[in-house]
Amino acid sequence: MRGPRIRRTRGGGFALRLPAAERELLRAVPAELRRLLTEGDPTADPALRRLFPPASLDDEGLRAEFERLTRDELLAGRLAAAETMARTADAERLSEDELLAWLGTVNDVRLVLGTRLDVTEETSFEDFAALPPDDERVRMYALYAYLTVLEDQMVEALAG
Amino acid sequence: MASTAPVEVDRPTGERDVEPDVPWVVIVWNDPINLMSYVVWVFQKLFGYSREKATKLMLDVHHKGKAVVSHGTREKCEHDVARLHAHGLWATMQRDR
Repeated sequence: MRGPRIRRTRGGGFALRLPAAERELLRAVPAELRRLLTEGDPTADPALRRLFPPASLDDEGLRAEFERLTRDELLAGRLAAAETMARTADAERLSEDELLAWLGTVNDVRLVLGTRLDVTEETSFEDFAALPPDDERVRMYALYAYLTVLEDQMVEALAG
Repeated sequence: MASTAPVEVDRPTGERDVEPDVPWVVIVWNDPINLMSYVVWVFQKLFGYSREKATKLMLDVHHKGKAVVSHGTREKCEHDVARLHAHGLWATMQRDR
């Protein structure tokens, strides 16, 4: 697709230009995050641990206190952002706050997918080429790669 | 250790260490998922850094594996770590020594 999908408008908001197939993909994104946040096991799931990392490398007391002080607020923020993205999934224009909610949700889902796929800075489509096309990891990496492109364009629109 | 040292009073375990003169630092660690452009934007947004300073910090994280991105009291650093976690960055805090 040519040209950016997201651009800042004169009115202070952002215009979205997304093909129907991308809208379809994006509609599922907030629901996927919400399901993980509300049903996942934070002690056993590395993807959830990636969203709520420890605040200290070696101080157990600090870790526990930080988690007690911040966990609920961080969770509520993530759920609210996913809710905003779900509500505006078909919008052609977004306010800055709405775009920030999209960005937060898209980045969270990239962190989840990237953790599940164990990506490195060298990971590419070739790493998944040998898998059968119906392998779940092929779909996950395709979504990850698409969200990477979208996120880069969101940041460019916000920073520009 | 000099024998004339004052008798130390045991502090209850679990109480916060009181070291007001030792500042804390917030460290962001490299990860293979967050985009370089996103990390620069987060540093600018959260800390008000110039694009140049934010880019230098991002490159330090990328090449050296980590960078100190802010410092101050324990409370300030807890706040900064929480904001970085809210944005998906891998941040920790520790005493600066």
